[in-house]
Amino acid sequence: MKAVCWYGSGDVRVETVPEPRILNPRDAIVKVTLAAICGSDIHLYDGCIPTMRKGDILGHEFMGEVVEIGSEVKHLRPGDRVVVPFTIACGQCFFCTRQLWSLCDNSNPNAWMAEKVYGYSPAGLFGYSHMLGGYAGGQAEYVRVPFADVGPIKIPASLRDEQVLFLSDIFPTGYMAAENCHIQQGDTIAVWGCGPVGQFAIRSAYMLGAHHVIAIDRIPERLQMAKTQGEATVLDYQEVDVSEALKDLTAGRGPDACIDAVGMEAHGTSLDAMYDQAKMALYLATDRLHALRQAIQACRKGGTVSIPGVYGGLLDKVPLGAAFAKSLTLKMGQTHVHRYLHPLLARIERGDIDPAFVITHRLRLAEAPHGYAIFRDKKDHCIKIDLQP
Amino acid sequence: MSEHPATIPRAQQTRAIEYHRLTDSYVNVGNFERVLSVIGGGALALYGLRRSLGHLMLMLGGGALIYRGLTGHCEAYHTMGITTANQEPSQSSMLEATITVNKPAPEVYRFWRHLENHPRFMKHLESVISLGEKRSHWVARGPLHMPLIWDAEVVEERENALLSWRSLPGADVDNMGTVRFRELPNGRGTEVRLRLAYALPGGITGVALAKFFKTLTAAQLQEDLRHFKQIIEAGEMPTIANQPAAGTRMSRTMREREVRA
Repeated sequence: MKAVCWYGSGDVRVETVPEPRILNPRDAIVKVTLAAICGSDIHLYDGCIPTMRKGDILGHEFMGEVVEIGSEVKHLRPGDRVVVPFTIACGQCFFCTRQLWSLCDNSNPNAWMAEKVYGYSPAGLFGYSHMLGGYAGGQAEYVRVPFADVGPIKIPASLRDEQVLFLSDIFPTGYMAAENCHIQQGDTIAVWGCGPVGQFAIRSAYMLGAHHVIAIDRIPERLQMAKTQGEATVLDYQEVDVSEALKDLTAGRGPDACIDAVGMEAHGTSLDAMYDQAKMALYLATDRLHALRQAIQACRKGGTVSIPGVYGGLLDKVPLGAAFAKSLTLKMGQTHVHRYLHPLLARIERGDIDPAFVITHRLRLAEAPHGYAIFRDKKDHCIKIDLQP
Repeated sequence: MSEHPATIPRAQQTRAIEYHRLTDSYVNVGNFERVLSVIGGGALALYGLRRSLGHLMLMLGGGALIYRGLTGHCEAYHTMGITTANQEPSQSSMLEATITVNKPAPEVYRFWRHLENHPRFMKHLESVISLGEKRSHWVARGPLHMPLIWDAEVVEERENALLSWRSLPGADVDNMGTVRFRELPNGRGTEVRLRLAYALPGGITGVALAKFFKTLTAAQLQEDLRHFKQIIEAGEMPTIANQPAAGTRMSRTMREREVRA
């Protein structure tokens, strides 16, 4: 079968690989009908995530048709149309039973690796480094889905693939980012990053009762999307001083919550952003956190900073003093996707939202290398790419 | 470790005493140094053999080194009051690991007590057969695919709380173990604390076995307990062995690993 494989920084290739097969009783094999490139795949593409190996199959946003099930999979049968959460969860451990699905104890075969770096291991993920399980991803014609009796959600025939595909990651991720803000009626929420997760965070913040959402980016089409689709007030950080603008827009109080939907590869124009860039280029730093610094600095006293953006390692110059002085709450983590599947599918069915609004490019799987390049370089007004196997 | 020889039953005392002696003051050379001594001594002795009488001293020196390596006793060290023994972690004789399983104690205990289950999560075990209520027959994978065989008996059993066992005389490797179970409040699962101890026979076999048991580390035992937990909680151990990837290099190593396992 064809699959998108990682070969190194800036090097992904579409290769012919063996088809996956059932390895465990709770596995299923899904024939992928639609996949997508996620912003966090760009961290892999840029070589920022350790423990990738040449030839690894990428992709953690995908959906398709069940073609084979293991002996212990009771809830699915061949022919079912499903969306698969990017976090793999057993459903029975301490964490799964507390709805902390992305912290599953039993889904990472390489848990010892993650324990060395993080103390304890989070859940295994599809196509996201060996430290996080080494599972072959879904940017392929077929994919093996472990614990298939827990994760995949069946999709009614009335909904198109494009409407539900993003239940796999970015819609729940944006939604959890907003939920982590503990939004009260009337709140103002500031969102750094108007990529796909940022777009869903904006929409979700309004769904959860925000009065005003302010979105920050520098890419015109992304700001435009935040404005027209998200009804956000937009700030171009290359044009305005973000902290001053936020203070002004909130008449001196500051946003009630700030969402960092940028993560480890932030861009910026300030001195600290250039410092991060230089350190990372010299392999002296693992993450660039300009957006996070700004979010902590800008947040109102007693507010919340919610971090859906991915961070990987040790962060330099985190303004913890500001966070402490202002009694901030910091919330973060991989999305507990399973928690949101049914509520968000219901919202899609009700017509509250059509997640397909973020898609700007529809490519064939074979065009994935081109897709990665334009997505990373933000060329051709690229915001979100669907891949059709 | 000092308490353990005292708890070994009478029938095993000869070997236990020998073991005690080997780990006590008589041994004053560390394990790593002992292996080096044997290798270096062997090389010197061979080198000496191939040469003229003038190299006799080399041969003798080599012989002394081999003796030093095999016995772990060095006269020179003894005279100078030096010891390099016991300076390495005692992992080759005593291992501990612990884990919390998200199930009630009876369920966790029952799975452990059914000794036939052990090879499912203990990587170094080939098979376990129960020979009645208390006795069992164990086969482990030894060095160079040699099986290590022993019979064991349960010496203490408190349902849902503790299980203690030890090998019977004639074991390839004398060993004993205790596992304790403690159910946590409010459905928070069961703590499992495992302690394994083994005594290695002396001589060349001992050196080879010691080397082998280096691979049975606390980290490996911890991984075994993780697998124990995964099987009880999730019904299976997560794996990526034999999954597709581009290029055959990785899939081949995965397959080899699976065959070995």
